Amino acid sequence: MSTETVDNATKMFEFFARINAKQLVQSLVIPIVGVGIFLMLWGLLAPKVVTSLGAVPGPSQVYAQFQTLVEEHKEERVKETAFYERQEKRNAKKLAENPDAKTKIRPYTGNPTFFDQIGTSVFTVMAGFILASVIAIPIGIVAGLSKTVYAAINPLVQIFKPVSPLAWLPIVTMIVSATYVTNDPMFDKSFVNSAITVLLCCLWPTIISTAVGVTAVSKDLQNVSHVLRLNWWTHVTKIVLPSAIPMIFTGLRLSLGIAWMVLIAAEMLSQNPGLGKFVWDEFQNGSSNSLGRIMVAVVVIGLIGFLLDRTMLFLQSKVSWDKSVALR
Amino acid sequence: MSIPHLEITGVNMDFPTPKGPYRALENVNLKINKGEFVSIIGHSGCGKSTVLNIVAGLYQATAGGVILNGQEVTVPGPERAMVFQNHSLLPWLSSYENVELAVKQIFKGKKSKAEIKEWIEHNLSLVHMEHAMHKRPDEISGGMKQRVGIARALAMEPEVLLLDEPFGALDALTRAHLQDSVMEIQADLGNTMMMVTHDVDEAVLLSDRIVMMTNGPAATVGEILDVNIERPRDRIEVSEQETYNHCRHEVLRFLYARHGAKEEDMPKEEKEEKATVVKLASSNIEGEAEPLKAGTHG
Ligand SMILES: Nc1ncnc2c1ncn2[C@@H]1O[C@H](COP(=O)(O)OP(=O)(O)OP(=O)(O)O)[C@@H](O)[C@H]1O
Ligand SMILES: [Mg+2]
Repeated sequence: MSTETVDNATKMFEFFARINAKQLVQSLVIPIVGVGIFLMLWGLLAPKVVTSLGAVPGPSQVYAQFQTLVEEHKEERVKETAFYERQEKRNAKKLAENPDAKTKIRPYTGNPTFFDQIGTSVFTVMAGFILASVIAIPIGIVAGLSKTVYAAINPLVQIFKPVSPLAWLPIVTMIVSATYVTNDPMFDKSFVNSAITVLLCCLWPTIISTAVGVTAVSKDLQNVSHVLRLNWWTHVTKIVLPSAIPMIFTGLRLSLGIAWMVLIAAEMLSQNPGLGKFVWDEFQNGSSNSLGRIMVAVVVIGLIGFLLDRTMLFLQSKVSWDKSVALR
Repeated sequence: MSIPHLEITGVNMDFPTPKGPYRALENVNLKINKGEFVSIIGHSGCGKSTVLNIVAGLYQATAGGVILNGQEVTVPGPERAMVFQNHSLLPWLSSYENVELAVKQIFKGKKSKAEIKEWIEHNLSLVHMEHAMHKRPDEISGGMKQRVGIARALAMEPEVLLLDEPFGALDALTRAHLQDSVMEIQADLGNTMMMVTHDVDEAVLLSDRIVMMTNGPAATVGEILDVNIERPRDRIEVSEQETYNHCRHEVLRFLYARHGAKEEDMPKEEKEEKATVVKLASSNIEGEAEPLKAGTHG
């Protein structure tokens, strides 16, 4: 290698190093600085606000509460395993004495921990959201394809869309408790209530976006479909759906975002298990730690909402033919 | 001449507009023989695409109709395949899959899997696209997209191939290549072809007959010119021929001088308006016309 090429190589290297440094600052350093400033202001200002439950906790107290919550969760799990082990031992002993003895394992009924509540909320929101999407996407497609169907459902959608799903909550609760009566329910009533509330708020944005996406299929592609005499199914799967995918996902993301917010509120309001109930219980508790624990919940709710949205974007990039969708 | 194969008879076309119906076409008549190459030329917005769309079955004529092999055309169908001005490929499918969609639709149950594959590849190679058949439309050039569009139409084995300004948006060199391909293909397959164009040279080089349309509203067939040049035609050789230049001249004369408008019928101020429109429009006649969209009242 001549010195010249080496020189060029070094220059190139420096060039790329500079670009990367700039990108690094943009994508990592600046966000960290932003968060840092926020934490500092929080730490400085929080102690100045004194409530009936003591001063508002700063970041370090909140973090300490988070650790406590983790500890509590671990303890609860230890208790649970111990509970089942005891039962198993007892059953084994019974069987040894009498092989025909009937044994049963009773489920553990400890208090749900913070992390159990997270699980419940995430599961509820996904159940309601997926069910809503399964209903709304086909309706949106049919409404987008047929002017008649669109005209028929449009007024309903427009009127129901602005209704806060919380207003539905009493109705949903009444109807569920009247109709969902089985001796051995697969799901808790509270879960069904929350999931249906989520479903109700997910329907409308998805229906509207899907219908808009389907109506916007380009005239040219429709002509291609006509000339080829594609049947309804092929037309929908090969032409309509791929072109409507971006709009469908816009609707889905909007729905999921609203659903997550609504679910927390619904859980607070109706005392259904989940993060909302956790927040409400802590508020009612009114111990000196409550504010800190609620703040942990607030941060976690935010993080989960963010992760849900990212998951949708990831799904979109997997499903959509247009790989250039910006991750925004 | 063989039996009349495609007949357009007394076609009127009214488009609904907020100001009442707009008569785009009035009493358009045309007979086309099997295997004939007919070009339609005329000023922007006179209704060339409308004629093609009526033959395709995408528009319904207000009066009159189209008969293909003794059967009235009412709906679109693959026997009248269309090559669209802006290629109209499905952006989420590769070139191969775009052609496959058409082939599967038409030959399902008639050809085996292997035959279908072979047929798709054959048609892509007709337009010299075999090297890029697994690329998606956004990964290939405008000329290549147009070629895939032609391959898709050819793969349907249409009786009539309709081309709406197929090369309008392409550079001169690519356009020349594709014109040669189309001539080759027509010589091989003997399809009936109807092509809308703005380009006088293209019309003369490719056509057996050139249909010149008058200006709208109520546009109709103005003159029909026979192009008696032997095939196969070589663009360089042909350009030196007397007949070629004569045909070219005839078309230009129609478009510039007569431009199909019945001037004496017009009120004065409209006459002036028309004159400027013609000037604008005629700048599009030669060479690199901007792609013209339907909906411009010319
Ligand atoms: N769907 C429609 N609704 C209303 N008017 C239309 C419609 N389609 C076409 N027109 C009108 O009919 C006339 C003919 O349109 P057409 O697209 O056939 O013209 P064209 O000769 O193909 O023009 P160009 O060379 O610009 O493509 C135009 O004046 C246009 O405005
Ligand atoms: Mg046109």
